[in-house]
Amino acid sequence: MLDKPWNNRAWFFVIPVLVFVLFSSIIPMMTVVNYSVQDTMGQNNFFWNGAAWFQNLLDPTTDIGGRFAAALVRNLIFSLVVLCIELPLGIAVAICIPRHGWRVGAALVLIALPLLIPWTVVGTIWQIFARQDIGLLGAALNSVGIHYNDTQDPTSAWATIVVMDVWHWTGMVALLAYAGLKAIPDAFYQAARIDGASRWSVFRNIELPKLQKVLVIAVLLRFMESFMIYTEPSVVTGGGPGEATSFLSLDLVKIALGQVDLGNAAAMSLVYNLITLSLCWIFFTVMTQLEQRKGS
Amino acid sequence: MRIQGRGIAITIYLLALFLPIYWLLNMSFKTNGEIMSGLNFWPHHVTLRNYAHIFTDPAWYLGFVHSLTYVALNTVISVSLALPAAYAFSRYRFIGDKHLFFWLLSNLMAPTAVYAMPFFNLYYSIGLFDTVWAVALAHCLFNVPLAVWILEGFISGVPREIDETAALDGYSFPRFFIKIFLPLIANGIGVAAFFCFMFSWVEQLLATTLTTVHAKPIVAVMTRVYSAEGMDWGLLAAAGVLTMVPGAIVIWFVRNHIAKGFALGRV
Repeated sequence: MLDKPWNNRAWFFVIPVLVFVLFSSIIPMMTVVNYSVQDTMGQNNFFWNGAAWFQNLLDPTTDIGGRFAAALVRNLIFSLVVLCIELPLGIAVAICIPRHGWRVGAALVLIALPLLIPWTVVGTIWQIFARQDIGLLGAALNSVGIHYNDTQDPTSAWATIVVMDVWHWTGMVALLAYAGLKAIPDAFYQAARIDGASRWSVFRNIELPKLQKVLVIAVLLRFMESFMIYTEPSVVTGGGPGEATSFLSLDLVKIALGQVDLGNAAAMSLVYNLITLSLCWIFFTVMTQLEQRKGS
Repeated sequence: MRIQGRGIAITIYLLALFLPIYWLLNMSFKTNGEIMSGLNFWPHHVTLRNYAHIFTDPAWYLGFVHSLTYVALNTVISVSLALPAAYAFSRYRFIGDKHLFFWLLSNLMAPTAVYAMPFFNLYYSIGLFDTVWAVALAHCLFNVPLAVWILEGFISGVPREIDETAALDGYSFPRFFIKIFLPLIANGIGVAAFFCFMFSWVEQLLATTLTTVHAKPIVAVMTRVYSAEGMDWGLLAAAGVLTMVPGAIVIWFVRNHIAKGFALGRV
């Protein structure tokens, strides 16, 4: 990393991307900033509203503030839960992927398949699968006496969303971990065999340390994706029952596109974006430091 | 013994993975009457009516055409914008490089819901609203950074000596880049294109926000069936099955590189 030559003309290569990002990210963000400090009486008449939207949003005693805080907590819990399931499961699946022959390709394709299904369709699949009348899962659970109804009962709804996310995304963690495992030279395993190391100690002392880098990427991608989850729950539960699965993006879309409450939506967008940005920065710093430590 | 145990474990995982898909597939070959009359593990009266409907009704098959068009446009735009930038990040240091790289990454991680409303305003005001171009450009928001990131990883795997040798041999930079460099990172380009395809194909919120009639993507056609025609479960299931086909096809082409791609070229 450090031996790269210093050359400011490299900026010319970056200009197309830069211009595009200006158009695609900065201009829309400025619209949001604009809405976040103004209020309207209708007919496109806007007037200065200072930081009032933000004060409301960040004060949990107000209507919108309480709603935002609740959605934030809900979303953080959701992200942690899916990470705690998907990471170990993904690593386990990666270890079980065959190493030779045609089965490697077949297993990789099958594991990756859920990732290529449009998110609405993932929602549709699980909406159908979980129904009590025509869905296999819902019917099976109810027939063995478990009270399960994902549109009425908050626990069922949460369980469905979590299981759906695990179904949808564990493949990505598995593929990442598999890429990391494949990069470990055979010599390491041979040395462990000579030492008579147990399977667990091979995992603990050889595989896990080597997986560190890909696992940071996995955590980054999984956390961010689950923190902005929208489509799948919006199809399956629509944020309900009540507000039980109303995560940040669902709430934001409701306010912005459903109620067209521009001020609140804009303030919420900015705060939401700022939270993601700071979390992203933490992950990025950890990742670049890992890369540097490996380089030196 | 141990290898067998692993084989059994992965088989169980894959079976669990396929249970919901099997149920969708099963349902897509049934009539609505059979679906509502009770649970069957396979269709007793196999019907292709649901699929026939999708292939003959323009509202349905045009949905697929629109989706595939903006996905293709998006993939081409994203990869061609990202290539030079990825080269610069991989080969040189320059003022603000790290900040710019992080800024790009932050766009990849920004919640799409935040952009739904301002994108609607933006594309409406420049007259691209309800065209495939609006969706193709909107998806670049996360696909350009993603492509830069993946390509940077792959390019860093090509030794810099190759660039230098080519320069000594009298290759001009554009000629070197196209004749020598692009073939060397062909895998990386394939993987980057695959990921752009994937994220543009699966995204729904922006695609439905930016279109109404003339560029309605298949996912929007599907959601509208819910409210308008009541619950046509068989049709919905058939459409769902068909949306899995393009993904399954492209996955097959990159199967040997997909793992490295998911590690963003960084293994």
